[in-house]
Amino acid sequence: MFPFCFEWVWDMGHLVFHGGLWYALSIIGMGMTYCIIKAVIDTRRGGSSHH
Amino acid sequence: MDSALIPEGVKRCPTWKFLLALAIAGAVLLWGVVAMLMVWFKGLNQTNMNDYYGFALWIWADLAFIALGGGAFFTGLLRYIFGIKELKNIINYAVLIGFICYSSALLILAIDIGQPLRGWFIFWHANVHSMLTEVAFCLSCYFAVLCIEYLPLVLENRQLDKVPFFHNLSHNMHETMAVFAATGAFLSFFHQGSLGGVAGVLFGRPFAFRTGINIWPWTFFLFTWSAAAYGPCFTLFITWLTEKITGKKLVKDNVVELLAKIAGWMIITYVVAKIIDTVYWATVTAPSLGFKWTFFYSDNPLYGKWILLTEIVLCGIVPGLLLIFGPTRRNPAARVIALLLGVLGVSLNRWVMVLQVMAVPVMSFDKWVLYYPSWQEVATTLLPVAYGVILILISYRYLPIFPQEPELNPIAPYTPANGAEATAGGQAGDESETEAVGQAAPAGA
Repeated sequence: MFPFCFEWVWDMGHLVFHGGLWYALSIIGMGMTYCIIKAVIDTRRGGSSHH
Repeated sequence: MDSALIPEGVKRCPTWKFLLALAIAGAVLLWGVVAMLMVWFKGLNQTNMNDYYGFALWIWADLAFIALGGGAFFTGLLRYIFGIKELKNIINYAVLIGFICYSSALLILAIDIGQPLRGWFIFWHANVHSMLTEVAFCLSCYFAVLCIEYLPLVLENRQLDKVPFFHNLSHNMHETMAVFAATGAFLSFFHQGSLGGVAGVLFGRPFAFRTGINIWPWTFFLFTWSAAAYGPCFTLFITWLTEKITGKKLVKDNVVELLAKIAGWMIITYVVAKIIDTVYWATVTAPSLGFKWTFFYSDNPLYGKWILLTEIVLCGIVPGLLLIFGPTRRNPAARVIALLLGVLGVSLNRWVMVLQVMAVPVMSFDKWVLYYPSWQEVATTLLPVAYGVILILISYRYLPIFPQEPELNPIAPYTPANGAEATAGGQAGDESETEAVGQAAPAGA
């Protein structure tokens, strides 16, 4: 649910619950975006990382 | 036949054995799928749930899977946040087991909600006053984290790893894994806790109700704690089982003993907290609601005081002490008994917190009501078990899950002297052995 939805109420419950959800999803999304973009750049440069 | 996909430097069973194992697990899976489709198409009348038992076998299995899968978040926390390097040798398997447990839990929920097409309602039309909303949010997000933790392992398959993009992606995901592990630990803390919180806030059911801190009842903290304590027990138990089935040593003893020792201390501290909680509930909380604690363990054919003693003493104190003391921890038989008792203990705890809570009469005219699952419920509960077996079979065969396996099970490099013997072995049916020896030859050269 987003703040522009008719069900949204600006109270502590909505802020904490949905704030936590977006926070977690943001970290997961940004983390994966970083990994994918860096992998594309590494691949285009022709490099091969080792682990 | 599939030797090109098998990791280098390890030996796997012949293809026919692998396919036979898949077929056996697949038959159970198919039975579960039939029951699942019956529930989806005909409705929840296929179950024995009723107004008493809105939470039944599925929710017990759900809670048990989630607790047993707790080894993934706790081992990840120890490995990536606390930096215990030895655990890198078992973290892959912990992640795989966690992935299976959490995907199974979500599958069971998808069956349990009756209308899976409306599953997204809990995210969009969220009831922010419900602990179950917190569970749904954190469970879904944490499953995404587990997928991210499992993906690099898949990309390390011999053939996929040859693709430069996959190789680089896998490397980058390993590099940033600490961020995902920390997020996973944060999410796990809340969803494990909220599952306990669901029972603890039921003020209409004095058997489950607990006091606590602010909005969180004590069961919130006990559930998180028990998952962190018993989850690694399940990881270690399945590792032991895998070693027995494959006939190989897959993880070094020092790694197993370290995780077992940590689990032992977690279990003992948890059991102390659980005893304090139980004594306070029996002497203060339950009497304040008009009940003697013995009421909850009498006048019914199943739930006696034995269940409380079994959970706390036999499946709590005993495994905790066995894992803490060095001589018993180092003894494989005693260690496995402790791990098994731990797994049974946390499953029993979840059973009590779901099914005994529902069985206890709450009105003066009520009676104890016992519950028997329908075959559809049993089949759909075994479905995730079969799925887990299949995923472990496939992952073990094609992915480098155990980093120490090649070192612990060296394959003799090909030489003219042993070549004839290896070939003879291959003709006798162990085709993978011949392939693995062939693979090892260039590495040794």
